[in-house]
Amino acid sequence: MADASAKQVLFEPIFSNNPIALQILGICSALAVTTSMNVTLVMCAAVIAVSAFANLAVSLVRTQIPGSIRIIVQMTIIASLVIVVDQVLKAYAYEISKQLSVFVGLIITNCIVMGRAEGFAMKNGPWLSFLDGVGNGLGYSVLLIFVAFFRELLGAGSLFGVSLMPVVNEGGWYIPNGLLLLPPSAFFIIGLAIWGLRTWKPEQVEEPEYKMSRHTVKEAF
Amino acid sequence: MEHYISLILKAIFVENMALAFFLGMCTFLAISKKIEAATGLGIAVIVVLTITVPVNNLLYNTILREGALDWAGLPNVDLSFLGLLTYIGVIAALIQIMEMILDKYIPALYAALGVFLPLITVNCAILGASLFMVERDYTFGESVVYGFGAGVGWALAIIALAGIREKLKYSDVPEGLRGLGITFITVGLMSLGFMSFSGISL
Repeated sequence: MADASAKQVLFEPIFSNNPIALQILGICSALAVTTSMNVTLVMCAAVIAVSAFANLAVSLVRTQIPGSIRIIVQMTIIASLVIVVDQVLKAYAYEISKQLSVFVGLIITNCIVMGRAEGFAMKNGPWLSFLDGVGNGLGYSVLLIFVAFFRELLGAGSLFGVSLMPVVNEGGWYIPNGLLLLPPSAFFIIGLAIWGLRTWKPEQVEEPEYKMSRHTVKEAF
Repeated sequence: MEHYISLILKAIFVENMALAFFLGMCTFLAISKKIEAATGLGIAVIVVLTITVPVNNLLYNTILREGALDWAGLPNVDLSFLGLLTYIGVIAALIQIMEMILDKYIPALYAALGVFLPLITVNCAILGASLFMVERDYTFGESVVYGFGAGVGWALAIIALAGIREKLKYSDVPEGLRGLGITFITVGLMSLGFMSFSGISL
């Protein structure tokens, strides 16, 4: 990957190598924030910023870090960036930072950030690493926004807090599907999204651990 | 006493770390293929949570919180913005120390948990529990109970999922859904099951 083009590094994580759908990274802090689009967008912006700048910083000091303490160095860089993001959110978007509650802090343990710092930024130059951070942040955002779109639209009949389908309680016609505001729905939507993505790109299908043998009862009939 | 029982039940069932807050999902999905591995990881999480949450609680209340440095003659200092960095440092350091102690004195347990301990540093359930503890302003006693309860809840969820997945590998799943996709849907159904606890309060 050392000579990969910038465009490839930026766009590959979005669909072909999506961090959530294929690498199983960064699901942890994500799903609880997808009940409304506003909150989700802020979360995505925070993750993109942190993963891009963490990659940049790690890549800049990658030749100076002794191998044995690299995890702690990466962790400190990421934690400092998250603190900056957290303080900025508290200063400029207090309402949303209240809704995100602990999940901003949990960006630290978001495996995307850590995984890309360890797996990509330690081996590549600053510019490519920066792009890789943005790309993986975008891949994460795409899936998150997809989930949030369905959850807010079907769960509350609105998008970005603007009512699109007036709900019955306010004299409209749409009966909101309460399930979509509850935690389980996020799992269902992601599961179905992965199904869709893998039908579109069949090379991502996992090999079964156990193959069913064919039916061999033909002669009996 | 009743208060603590209610807190522990709430931490295990109603506010299950994995199924209601999606914390620790990466390890949750990656290490749940075999029951033995899941059990080992579950126990490691319980141990680590029961230790780190109270330690972070002490640090927060004696050093970081606004006005907490009163005993050092600095009543106006508010270090709470350093919280994130402190908690993750404490977690990483404690896990390292635990690893060394176990290796020296209880080698059997170390052999069982060894592989999982480093993984736990980046498990969001651990950091998440500390952050929830700060947000909800638990006392020291409450934080011990909460850390233990949250760990048990997480362990319960991952062992149950591993049990389901061991059976699931013999079923004929549609191609695109195989592996990760069906696991997500299974977790969704488990999460629905756990929601039925949500009315419980003591």
